[in-house]
Amino acid sequence: MSLSIIRPGLLTTVQDLGRFGYQQDGIIVSGAMDATALRVANLLVGNAEQAAGLEITLLGPKIRFEADHLIALTGAHLSPTLNGQPVGLNRPVWMAAGTELAFGAPVAGSRAYLAVAGGVAVAPVLGSRSTYLRASFGGLDGRALQAGDVLPSAAPTPAGRKLMAALAATATSRAWAQAAWTPGPALCPRPLQNPTIRAIPGPEYEQFTPESQLAFWEQPFTVTTEADRMGYRLQGPALERQTSWELLSSAVTFGTVQVPAGGQPIVLMADHQTTGGYPRLAQVITADWSVLAQVRPGQQLWFQEVSLAEAQALYLAREQALRALRRGIELIGGK
Amino acid sequence: MSPTPELLPPLPAPVRLFPLGDAAVVLEFGTSISPETHRAIQAVRHYLTQHPVAGQRELVSAFTTLTVYYDPWQLSEAGRYQPYERAAELLRQLLPAALATTVATEAALVEIPVCYGGAFGPDLAAVAAHTGLSSEEVVTRHSAPEYLVHMMGFAPGFPYLGGLDERLATPRRTQPRPLVPAGAVGIAGAQTGIYSLPTPGGWQLIGRTPLQLFNPEWAQPSRLRAGQRLRFVPISEAEFQQFQRYES
Repeated sequence: MSLSIIRPGLLTTVQDLGRFGYQQDGIIVSGAMDATALRVANLLVGNAEQAAGLEITLLGPKIRFEADHLIALTGAHLSPTLNGQPVGLNRPVWMAAGTELAFGAPVAGSRAYLAVAGGVAVAPVLGSRSTYLRASFGGLDGRALQAGDVLPSAAPTPAGRKLMAALAATATSRAWAQAAWTPGPALCPRPLQNPTIRAIPGPEYEQFTPESQLAFWEQPFTVTTEADRMGYRLQGPALERQTSWELLSSAVTFGTVQVPAGGQPIVLMADHQTTGGYPRLAQVITADWSVLAQVRPGQQLWFQEVSLAEAQALYLAREQALRALRRGIELIGGK
Repeated sequence: MSPTPELLPPLPAPVRLFPLGDAAVVLEFGTSISPETHRAIQAVRHYLTQHPVAGQRELVSAFTTLTVYYDPWQLSEAGRYQPYERAAELLRQLLPAALATTVATEAALVEIPVCYGGAFGPDLAAVAAHTGLSSEEVVTRHSAPEYLVHMMGFAPGFPYLGGLDERLATPRRTQPRPLVPAGAVGIAGAQTGIYSLPTPGGWQLIGRTPLQLFNPEWAQPSRLRAGQRLRFVPISEAEFQQFQRYES
């Protein structure tokens, strides 16, 4: 089974949930920017949550499916169509061989995820299929997809096959059919225009002036055009430290808000470096990484302080919701 | 050569624990670079590699810190524990044993061949001018010490080295280069390092090594690791070409 890339779109890469265990050697995690969206897409087609899919950025690709397939699209609303007809997000979709997936206007959010039953079967590198663009490895030859690429997919799981058969039976006249149900807004939120991002104070929070601490929580920041998979440069009130003490490099992670000398913060994303030497003012909670991943350059965002205990409660609640969805899919798939 | 076990000297201050977000604990062993701090971090890293705590996902050691990434879901055990509190408690409990472990020092010294100056080290003259030394003296002083790999970071396989001769300290270039080739050896302030990937950069480039520092297809993808000692060995341009043929 395979997918033929007719048009690659703006930036389409193979991603899974990331490459863990090598940060000690300076090798970044990578993986889906909106990991929850990829996990949900995978569950909807009967895959393991960590299977590889495609991360599609703003302007989507055109893809022809060379065999019967089961797919799901999650994350950003980028006006997807199958053979020219609009197709729904956040649900399993069956299609016959030869069906073409295309995208139109980016309506909401930045990054959509395409999961195919069985998963995108490029060779894993260091235990992951994620594309690491800067070091040119992982994914398909370490690069973004190009026209003419052919991506293999593995065999669907038994649950995926049952979902496929059930949907195929409902497709009477068309080359494709979609489920009528979706997991609901908790796991599939519609991306917001100017979202509030929850964060906890970072290790160097106390080094910032009281005015800067207050400004960080109370004033909006604009996402500049320097916003990519490594991080977003934000523009807003200048944030100042009370000390000019040079810091020694230490670990940074997805969601770390670091502030270089100029006072304009950078929030680190999926392709963040493993260590950094800028003061870490705040840390976006894991439950809101998906919201951050869907923000576009030019949009505003606000930070809201929460406690570590709240952050972890939200983390656990989301994991519980994902587990409930997995059980539900297993029931539908008849596992 | 067999590794030499070394007794761990006492740390100047108790280890401080604090969160980095909702899925990591930072252990801080001091506030400045020192051999004692480095040995303590490597001891605990070694211990945790052998005896991971519940939910442990990944370790990142740095100059004064060891960061332990964990899975809050696994640590919560269905809501019975507050994940951070539990992670911190588990780490606190094992610290005495971890710190008391004898650390095997890497006996082997890693030798990094470097072709200094010329097209490979376009800033060698600038470093010489800044330090008031001759180019030859810069090369001699750069290749004399035994450096310690304090930590890896910035890019895959990039070592942060300790041990640069203070006389060689030179500020970064005012205009960073848009592309520095992999293998470039540079000086930035009181630091020296080796670029492991082609990348933009502002370090003063004094030479280049033909060795690859990083290859994702190696079982251990990074040539260097935190805790190792290394020395730069000057080579000629002809030797550089030979090495490069051998490497590829």
